[in-house]
Amino acid sequence: MENFPILSLLTFLPIVGMVLILILPKDQGKAIKWLTLAITGIQVILSVVILYFFNFSLGGINDPSSFQFVEKFRWINISGLSWIGTIKIDYFLGIDGISVVLILLTTIVTFIATLTSWNITKSVKGYFALFLLLDTAMLGVFVALDFFLFYVFWELMLLPMYFLIGVWGGPRREYAAIKFFLYTLLGSIFILLVMLGLYFSATETLVDGSKVFTFNLLTFMDPSNYTATGILSPLNPNNLRFIAYIALFIGFAIKIPVFPFHTWLPDAHVEAPTAISVILAGVLLKMGAYGILRISFPIFPEITQQVAWYIGLFGMINIIYGALAAMAQRDFKKMIAYSSVSHMGYVLLGMASLTTAGLTGSVLQMFNHGTITAMLFIIVGIIYDRTHTRDMSAFGGLANQMPVYTGFVMVAFFAAIGLPGLSGFISEALVFIGAFGNEQIRVITAFSLLGILLGASYMLWAFQKVFLGTLKDKWKGLTDLTFREYCMLVPLTIIIIVIGVYPSVILQFMTTSVNAMVKFMANANVIFSSISPF
Amino acid sequence: MNQIVNSLQYIKPEISAAIALVVLVIVDLVMGKNKKYLAPVMILGLLVTGYFIIDQFNISSFAFGSGNNKYGLLAIDSFGSFFKLLIIFSSIIIVFFTLASDEIKKANERLGEYYALIWGMIIGMFFMISAADLIVVYISLELVSLSSYVLAGITKDTLRNSEASLKYVIYGGVSSGIMLFGISILYGITGTTNIYEINALLQSQQIQGLIVTLSVILIFAGFGFKISAAPFHFWTPDVYEGAPITITTYLSVASKAAGVALLLRFTKITFIDSVNPDGSWNIISLIDWRSFLIIISILTMTLGNFAALWQNNMKRLLAYSSVAHVGYILLGIIALSNEGMMAVLIYFVIYTIMNLGAFFVVMLIANKIGSEELDDYKGLGKAAPVLTVSLAIFLVSLIGLPPTAGFIAKLYLFLALINAKMIVIAVIALLNTVVSVYYYFRVLKYLFINSSEKEIEPFGLNIPNLIMLLVLVTSTLVLGIYFTPLVNFAKNSITLLGF
Repeated sequence: MENFPILSLLTFLPIVGMVLILILPKDQGKAIKWLTLAITGIQVILSVVILYFFNFSLGGINDPSSFQFVEKFRWINISGLSWIGTIKIDYFLGIDGISVVLILLTTIVTFIATLTSWNITKSVKGYFALFLLLDTAMLGVFVALDFFLFYVFWELMLLPMYFLIGVWGGPRREYAAIKFFLYTLLGSIFILLVMLGLYFSATETLVDGSKVFTFNLLTFMDPSNYTATGILSPLNPNNLRFIAYIALFIGFAIKIPVFPFHTWLPDAHVEAPTAISVILAGVLLKMGAYGILRISFPIFPEITQQVAWYIGLFGMINIIYGALAAMAQRDFKKMIAYSSVSHMGYVLLGMASLTTAGLTGSVLQMFNHGTITAMLFIIVGIIYDRTHTRDMSAFGGLANQMPVYTGFVMVAFFAAIGLPGLSGFISEALVFIGAFGNEQIRVITAFSLLGILLGASYMLWAFQKVFLGTLKDKWKGLTDLTFREYCMLVPLTIIIIVIGVYPSVILQFMTTSVNAMVKFMANANVIFSSISPF
Repeated sequence: MNQIVNSLQYIKPEISAAIALVVLVIVDLVMGKNKKYLAPVMILGLLVTGYFIIDQFNISSFAFGSGNNKYGLLAIDSFGSFFKLLIIFSSIIIVFFTLASDEIKKANERLGEYYALIWGMIIGMFFMISAADLIVVYISLELVSLSSYVLAGITKDTLRNSEASLKYVIYGGVSSGIMLFGISILYGITGTTNIYEINALLQSQQIQGLIVTLSVILIFAGFGFKISAAPFHFWTPDVYEGAPITITTYLSVASKAAGVALLLRFTKITFIDSVNPDGSWNIISLIDWRSFLIIISILTMTLGNFAALWQNNMKRLLAYSSVAHVGYILLGIIALSNEGMMAVLIYFVIYTIMNLGAFFVVMLIANKIGSEELDDYKGLGKAAPVLTVSLAIFLVSLIGLPPTAGFIAKLYLFLALINAKMIVIAVIALLNTVVSVYYYFRVLKYLFINSSEKEIEPFGLNIPNLIMLLVLVTSTLVLGIYFTPLVNFAKNSITLLGF
């Protein structure tokens, strides 16, 4: 496995699929769907292969030598002139314990979303071509270790998403699509500015001893690489690192989304087709959180330490605001969308704790939220396909009419609430344990606990409205799950239960990396802060 | 006399262009009504001229000096050759566009004049790019302008065509008058028209800053007109809308390239004290033209982007978009560094490719549906997938999103700005990019999301047009992913004679 470019294969396989789809004639809808399913299926297998060969003892984070499946070669190389120096950009891929979990999540969710897309009838060719392009972009973000490459993938994701919402979405799709695009692009601009600022602040020392400017993310994590005058260099007394941190945080926060940047999310979710909602909630929201963990935290450890309390505060606001907003919704899908806002708050809270338990919980929560919310959106999609309404008060008593469906709904709902034995419980518990461990944010954590209560109430309330009570006459003809729907729900249910009962199955992959991160943050804080220009 | 004969070797491209013009006119005369040989003759002439440009790529010399004067009328250097090559490239593409255009076919009897006038523009632009003397600046600017006035109205069959031509003449006349006034003031205070001598004088002598500032502002009016920078951009949408689309395209790439080359050479040679080893420039302390350019740049991009939001005609939309792009390009000059200059060169190559592409698709669609109105674009995504997806790629590139070439163009521009510590301006420019997303995506919305009330017959492309389109699309995508050769080329081309 040493030299096999498995990450490139994983990332660019969908592009190959996209090209094949574009070659296929328009009327081959079936073939296109099966091809996409095959591609995403192979990706699931590839990610399992990666897990199999994954070395648990290597941490990654800031240490180039302990990243795994690394692929690195010079991509752009412009020989030096006296006034510009060498310009170099690396094609640099590699994973550690944090990204490996998210890669697994991405491949699983994408595979399930392909099944969910089976009933797409409008321009099938275009849909699946864009779908696969989106797939490449998402995986690219999680494997890239070069800021330039990361940014390219990050932006590449916007375009297919715009069209997938805008063309295949609901009645207000144009509005939702452009709103999503403008919000995220605004965020990207902040990220771009920081990227450009970092470029001139640190140099990488090559084998021959020459120093070159670089976009290599790991270079920025070592304080000894910074130049004396760079605007984001800790050596520069007038550096703008604090402003850059805020900019970067806003850029990622829009994606998560953190209150008050969340308003694009309900619109996008309500208008997007089910499969795209699944991807959006399952994978895209994780990118923001991943960006904070991969870029903001290790590159700006000293500022992270200063602002951890505020990150925790944003987490708390998200948890409570999201839950309250979810409680007020009549639209089933909008309720799930707001519950995402609430659940992503736990991710932020866990990060802010900067403890092993908290960060573990945070990463695990990303994975769990991805699978649980994917399931919830599929559940909404199933009922919407049959009834063409999402108004919760229009339903009632579905439990008798669709018992199997209701069974799956209960698993998903209780997992979302955080019932012991299901995956949601483990990650939320770890987040709270970690957050209580950090005295700084203890008060915030106490308030956040309220979110569990609120979460239980809106979920149970929704369950009661839709599934309990008396069945309306017009829903008497509803049928239970089809085979395809089983295929979507069963794997997710298994994942939710297995992680709930035996969390080590996934925790073992991230333990070393999370520990490395916590240790690095504690040490680097000292190193970065103690650097004095005089 | 000796001087003149010696200098002839440096202007081979210009001589070749002039000969090609004459040959073209003769071929047109001999062939009479048969116009099909004109395009091959044109292409041949362009290729030969291109060869001469490549041939003298590394030469740095003055041409047409007079007696004891060590400077000349023209400066031949790799910077100039870079822009001349760019013009040859876009001219070749324009010839192919012309062959595909239905609009020009209607005016077939004037095709000879059409090509001859394009040669006229090319010669003018070549001199503009190399001009080292204000007299040459003025004359070449006029040569380009006069040719383009006529070209804008060449088809004569529609009212808006003649309107475009007339508007162009009026705006052009006024701004070159203002520029001439500025030149005369500068001559009055320095006693010379050579920009190298002016530079030396501005450095050594006590000259009142205010009067120099005034003359510079007046001269910029002429440049601003040529590159359609605000507030001299008002002619742009009307002329772009009215002129035949091949000429619109040509004005938006070639004549802008020449204008920017002239602006770069003029500002750097005249108002720069020296260049530091790290590539940043020291500005002559006499006048603060940098602030002036900053204002123009921000004004241009903001006006261009916001005005484009309300456009319902594709040509007008692209006209305002090209105004906005000039705003971005000026940022490279504002950075006052070799790096910024390199960014401008990179930007121009990429801008040329993506703008050519966008206009090409608009033209092909207009050939088919006879309209450039956005309302008529509804549902075209289904009817002509190849064309519209290509247009989408060009528009995304114009926004500057990866992985298209437009991103690389913006990347280098903003790198130069950030390195010059002009972060606020970079933020303003980036926010402008966000605004631009809205109108570019409006086009995509009409193409792909809105469906048409009436049934549109699906239509394809003929093979030559398809090849042309694929070439442009592929270069837009490939330059977005692998740009080493382009950056190397630009890096080697920033040598200006004298610095």
